[in-house]
Amino acid sequence: MNFAFDLDTMWYMLVGLLFTGYAILDGFDLGVGALHLFTKTDRDRRVMLNAIGPVWDGNEIWLVTGGGALFAAFPEVYATVFSGFYMAFILLLVTLIFRAVAIEFRSKQPMLWWRRFWDVSFNAGSLLTALLIGVALGNIAHGIPLDAAHEFTGGFWSLLNPYAVLVGLTTVTLFAMHGAIYMVMKTEGELHDTMRRWARRAIGVFSVFYIATTVVTIIVLPHMTVNMRNHPWLFVVPVVNVLAIINIFRQLRRGRDFRAFLSSALSMAALMAIFGIGMFPNLVLSRPDVANSLTIFNSASSPKTLGIMLIIAAIGMPLVVAYTTVIYRVFRGKVRLDSHSY
Amino acid sequence: MDVGLLSRIQFGLTIGFHYIFPPLSIGLGLILVIMEGTYLRTKNSLYHEMTRFWVKIFGLIFALGAATGIVMEFQFGTNWATYSRFVGDVFGSALAAEGIFAFFLESGFLAILLFGWDRVSARMHFVATVMVALGAHFSAIWIVVANSWQQTPAGHHIVGMGETARAEIVDFWQMLLNPSTLDRVSHVFMGAWQAGAFFVLSVSAFYLLRKKHLDFARASMKIALIVALVGSLGQLATGHMSARTVAVTQPAKLAAFEGHYPASAPAGMYLFGWVDDEQGKTTGLQIPGFLSWLVYFDAAAPVTGLEAFPPNDRPPVNPVFQSYHLMVGIGMILIALALGGLFFWWRRRLFEMTWFLWIFVFSVLLPQIANQMGWFSAEVGRQPWIVYGLLRTAEGVSKSVTPGDVIASIVMFLLVYILLFILFIYHLNEKIQRGPEAPVAAEGHRT
Repeated sequence: MNFAFDLDTMWYMLVGLLFTGYAILDGFDLGVGALHLFTKTDRDRRVMLNAIGPVWDGNEIWLVTGGGALFAAFPEVYATVFSGFYMAFILLLVTLIFRAVAIEFRSKQPMLWWRRFWDVSFNAGSLLTALLIGVALGNIAHGIPLDAAHEFTGGFWSLLNPYAVLVGLTTVTLFAMHGAIYMVMKTEGELHDTMRRWARRAIGVFSVFYIATTVVTIIVLPHMTVNMRNHPWLFVVPVVNVLAIINIFRQLRRGRDFRAFLSSALSMAALMAIFGIGMFPNLVLSRPDVANSLTIFNSASSPKTLGIMLIIAAIGMPLVVAYTTVIYRVFRGKVRLDSHSY
Repeated sequence: MDVGLLSRIQFGLTIGFHYIFPPLSIGLGLILVIMEGTYLRTKNSLYHEMTRFWVKIFGLIFALGAATGIVMEFQFGTNWATYSRFVGDVFGSALAAEGIFAFFLESGFLAILLFGWDRVSARMHFVATVMVALGAHFSAIWIVVANSWQQTPAGHHIVGMGETARAEIVDFWQMLLNPSTLDRVSHVFMGAWQAGAFFVLSVSAFYLLRKKHLDFARASMKIALIVALVGSLGQLATGHMSARTVAVTQPAKLAAFEGHYPASAPAGMYLFGWVDDEQGKTTGLQIPGFLSWLVYFDAAAPVTGLEAFPPNDRPPVNPVFQSYHLMVGIGMILIALALGGLFFWWRRRLFEMTWFLWIFVFSVLLPQIANQMGWFSAEVGRQPWIVYGLLRTAEGVSKSVTPGDVIASIVMFLLVYILLFILFIYHLNEKIQRGPEAPVAAEGHRT
């Protein structure tokens, strides 16, 4: 790995940062959606929805902006991946729409069939979104067939290979864990106790998948660990990851719910970092023709554009972080249902 | 059908459906700022009641705009991969800037707008309203910048040849402020203000006719009428400026707007007509020399016609002609409606004029049709280019996508959008029927 702190590398990290922001933020509301159907009463389901009600839309913007940044910084990657994974992404878009609409309309009519339909839509939309994101990441890590013009030559079903599905399921359990911990923060009373139980269980399930994915990756995809073996100090990242997961457990037991959530967020950031370190300097790995891979060198925009974008990000992102923090502070605390609620 | 045509159909379907909502959010956003600002200044609870009601409507519109908007961000990559490779360096940055400067602002503060009534002070809530309205306007700026660059590319150079050719930025500000940006951004703003204003006029007129929520309806109507007038007169001015720019930068498009064939001759303006592209003839009712006069202030000045372009560089003329004329015609009607409304308001008869209020009830559709037609004529008028003069639409498509893929996605989007539209209309109607709530909540604010 030749690491230079140039514009290409900076944008590799910045795009990664945007998608990490997306994983941490939309991750919890997708997780809440994944757990939604396990709650039984109408009131509990409304609490679930309203816990994410004010913020989920803003969370999704991290995906939209991440997509835009990928388009601007690495157009080749944006073009190859989105056209190559055509049906998968169309499916993702449809599930995202359905999920958004389910949140908006679910509580607007009292009929049982109505609410049940949107509950299922919200749940299925959240699960499928998480699964598809994981499957996409799994394929990118595993490598996909690209020709010399960087066009994807595989088909839709080839995307559902065992490794990608494993990463997809791991993503679902990760988001479910993250969502459960978020709900622990946002609920009180009986539902709170239930969420605490679920969170503990979800950490267990996630840990199993996490270990499985790690072992399979080390054995089946040796290229994902080359950078780390060449630069042993990078092992700090997986160590932080494991400590963070253990810390979630510890903080939950002590009833420090917010710290548990921060730990969960930290572990997600570490996971994304492990993925980023493993891939670098590739953005999309081509297999079997490794020479056709998309790297930060052959897929980036011009230095001029990357520089302009850096200025835009330097002005815009601190503002985004500042007012996002303010908005989260406004809506901190336990969920209360009122006349504005979903 | 090939992937190119199918992808165009899909893009037209998804953008057309999406574009029902953003103009409403932009226009209604501005109106909300006026209403809530008036409330803060006067402390009159009527304006508080108005703000709360229209915020609820805004929330519904925004939800659909956001849900259908995600598709747009990724569709360039899914269906137009070659185009994306070609323009990414230029177009991508505008799109990313839209996310950073507009979407975050809009959807972040929307939370406070919708759910923050009891959590923040009245002043802070107003700040959130302003931010949401600003975010909506910013988003229009960036996306129209990106689209304007497709119409009138500037500030770039082409690197590479053939398959690997792509546009790269050389001058960011020239790219940003390309020849058509300012005209088109302001034209889009005015169209959005009209959409918002006539929407509020429609609902208010409905309440007046039903003799319900009278104070609420009158006050809403007054604000909306002023916005409608500004938007409609502004639309005339910005539309005129846009057409003059098109005459210079995209003469084939202007010629198609008016069905003007002779390579170089004075051109009139049709009130209505029909283009026979086979014969290269346009028939209809025409004001001779008027287009020449509008563009060059000289009725005898020659205007470049379609025959100056080889047939494979011309847009499909009749669809562009018809959509353009429908847009212009509606624009004129909207000016008349806004002026008429003000006249009757001045004569103190507006709120009792049943027939005129009925026109207002249905007028909500007019800016919607005009906005759709305007985009249709702008985009189809650019054909056969996806980036004018640089890249042909047929060359921009994804190579790894099959017609079957695109047909499947069109069917999926179509089904979902039909469902969304039914849901939208049903719930919009429900909210309107329920009407505003009595002004008790004014004390709900933390002060």
